[in-house]
Amino acid sequence: MRERVVLDVSKLPLHGMGIASPTWWGTCAFMLIEGTGFGLAIAVYLYLMSLAPHWPIDAPPPDLWAGTVLTALLLASVVPNILVSRWAKERNLKRVRLGLVIMSLCGIAPLVLRVFEFPALHVRWDDNAYGSITWILLGLHTTHIVTDLVDTLVLTCLMFSRHGDNTRRYGDVEDNALYWNFVVITWLPIYACLYWVPRL
Amino acid sequence: MTVEQRSSAVMDFDLGDAERDRQLMQRWATRPGILGAIAAVDHKVIARRYIVTAFVFLALGGILALAMRIQLAQPEARFLDADRYNQIFTMHGSNMMFLFAVPVMEAMAVYLVPLMVGTRNIAFPRLNAFSYWIFLAGGLLLWISFALDTAPDVGWFAYVPLSGPEYGAGKRADLWAQMITFTELSALAIAVEIVVTVLKQRAPGMSLDRIPLLVWSMLVMAFLVIMAMPAIMVASSTLIMDRLVGTHFYNPAEGGDALLWQHLFWFFGHPEVYIIFLPAAGMVSTILPTFVQRPVFGYLALVMALIATGILAFGLWVHHMFVVGLPRLGESFFTASSMAIAIPAGIQIFCWLATLWAGRPVFKTPLLFVIGFIVTFVIGGLTGVMVASVPFDTQVHDTYFVVAHFHYVLIGGAVFPLIAAIYYWFPKMTGRMMSEKLGRWAFWLIFVGFHLTFFPMHILGLQGMPRRIYTYQPELPWAGLNLFVSLSSIILAAGFLVFFIDVIRSWSSGKPAGENPWNASTLEWATSSPPPPYNFRSIPVVDGRDPLWSKTDELPVTSGLRTDRRELLITSVVEALPEARESSPQDSIWPFWAAIATSIMLIWSIFSPWAVVWGSIPMAVALIGWFWPKGEAEDES
Repeated sequence: MRERVVLDVSKLPLHGMGIASPTWWGTCAFMLIEGTGFGLAIAVYLYLMSLAPHWPIDAPPPDLWAGTVLTALLLASVVPNILVSRWAKERNLKRVRLGLVIMSLCGIAPLVLRVFEFPALHVRWDDNAYGSITWILLGLHTTHIVTDLVDTLVLTCLMFSRHGDNTRRYGDVEDNALYWNFVVITWLPIYACLYWVPRL
Repeated sequence: MTVEQRSSAVMDFDLGDAERDRQLMQRWATRPGILGAIAAVDHKVIARRYIVTAFVFLALGGILALAMRIQLAQPEARFLDADRYNQIFTMHGSNMMFLFAVPVMEAMAVYLVPLMVGTRNIAFPRLNAFSYWIFLAGGLLLWISFALDTAPDVGWFAYVPLSGPEYGAGKRADLWAQMITFTELSALAIAVEIVVTVLKQRAPGMSLDRIPLLVWSMLVMAFLVIMAMPAIMVASSTLIMDRLVGTHFYNPAEGGDALLWQHLFWFFGHPEVYIIFLPAAGMVSTILPTFVQRPVFGYLALVMALIATGILAFGLWVHHMFVVGLPRLGESFFTASSMAIAIPAGIQIFCWLATLWAGRPVFKTPLLFVIGFIVTFVIGGLTGVMVASVPFDTQVHDTYFVVAHFHYVLIGGAVFPLIAAIYYWFPKMTGRMMSEKLGRWAFWLIFVGFHLTFFPMHILGLQGMPRRIYTYQPELPWAGLNLFVSLSSIILAAGFLVFFIDVIRSWSSGKPAGENPWNASTLEWATSSPPPPYNFRSIPVVDGRDPLWSKTDELPVTSGLRTDRRELLITSVVEALPEARESSPQDSIWPFWAAIATSIMLIWSIFSPWAVVWGSIPMAVALIGWFWPKGEAEDES
């Protein structure tokens, strides 16, 4: 078919940022998938609770301190996270590198606290259905912290390499920050379920 | 700071047509040889593999169905024993749903969506390649287990406690559950690609109200996959954990619940039906206008019907559970919502009939299958309204009436449009026409064979014949109809055989098709058949719903893309205004390694929970290799 040129796109940027970036949309789609997964896991928790004559089943409510400190830590980590994202938007390589190192630490610290959270549940996954669903909720969220931590570590190495100073990488940093916010936000209903619903 | 564009960047407007084609070909073509094939990321190459693999699974699943029909042709037959029969009906259902229907619909989307929206490759093409390898591994897992006589035997929905640790000994149920993980992973990956391709890679000017209906249907389907498939992944993972590490999700003795499985399964399982049906509806809405040579009637109503069906799909799952003793109020709600879904379905049917009525139908094979679809789907829809009512469902639950109903909606509602779609797009995919003569034979054999096979099953169901029995006694009044059904299934199988022969013959020696053999209106027909690796020499510009009908002699296009890297256009979500020239990833072998690592981890985790820990290390290595920049032109920004 004969072609007639009606539009010149040569002046457009070589990579879009934010909502002009396919990766941003891909990250959102994956968050929707995982958000649905979390939502379903919480629904299973509430469903099992609705069936049980006593909740928690054969166990005291979990100890609060490890989970609560972790929650505070996750919430606090949002501040450097937003800063990194802002620095990435400004393409400030030095600050982005610093911010990513801080965010890597922000990913490791909750994992240390997680080690104390599992015993604080006072129930094993194979004791009863209450134990099963609490371990799964906690495990599922831990997987997300680990995934994002590995992602952040690789990205940190990348930003210190020759490939770092590139709009595409800054976009990756922003998407990674977006995903960390998701990891923090999804924790809040899980925290409420695990620690406060048994105290109702 | 932005990396400066290389001064050597080659722009398409500096080149003549022939030189541009040559450079685009060099840039976008899949490399030859086996390594090149493994590294391929061209959406058409991946989609072709997907479609061929899915049709192989269809043929295998069909052979299983024939084996069941031989066994049931007479009372107390000895062709299959009970255990083999259990494996076979489980394999047939799981294979058809997870390895044929969903993947083939998604594969059609992978092939057609980028072409129909006028872009050069699907979004995240490496994820696309990964998805195919994962799908293949899942299919092999299921079929190799069948060859080893350890196939799942718990039905395609694997109800607990039958599939739980107490009754489901061995690894059969685990193999089923992990096959689910494989296929859902691949389906979710494609869903993400489709969403992003449709939202961000449409040709300039293709605003939301100009998107082809097939693309709309694939978009809604992708969202259904995203929202529904996590449920089955939660279900299958918790089932494996109950079996492997002693959790108690489905164990009532320790606070678990068997019905929880049914809720999770059907929260996925009902949308699954629409994941299969909506693409089929999109195919019908696209094929029909071509064969009546007028725009489709009621575009807006059809789009709204697709979206409404997608939303309602999540409010129906309990109608699969009417006999488990749920509260009456809940049952009434789900009866109402199940009947409500007949409204968007009805709207679509009326729009299609109006399109037919107002145009001049040309009865080529694709249109025959579309009309066969309308007839069959309406019958299946009517029995659907019947089983939506609790008292009726209570009578026919788990009988052949239900078997007849869902084969009417799945084969009539999805496979007929799919075969229409193959006849319709085969010329685009291969550059060759399929045979009209064999096509008519295939249609009449399949259509007649289908109704003769499945209609009597309604009657068998009303006579009380339960599903999933491997044999029945001669005193029962079912033998005559069963023999009739089995003989009819030979006609149906012959129809599929003719179809397969037609495909194979036409692929090598069909009549050359040319760009647009049907005089169709959508963008995929604006490029050569088969399309070049870069799809379009220039990205088209769209100013109407039927771009090829508004201007028959010339195509408005863009210029200003680079030819020295894989480049395509990113446009805004609503109006499709150009936003950026984005690169599209080069071929890579890493998705293949990532798929191998994932497969090892998933299969190993059937046997040991530690697989999740140790198996994820090679996965991480493969993913880092996949994403680490290689300093290619595609990495410039």
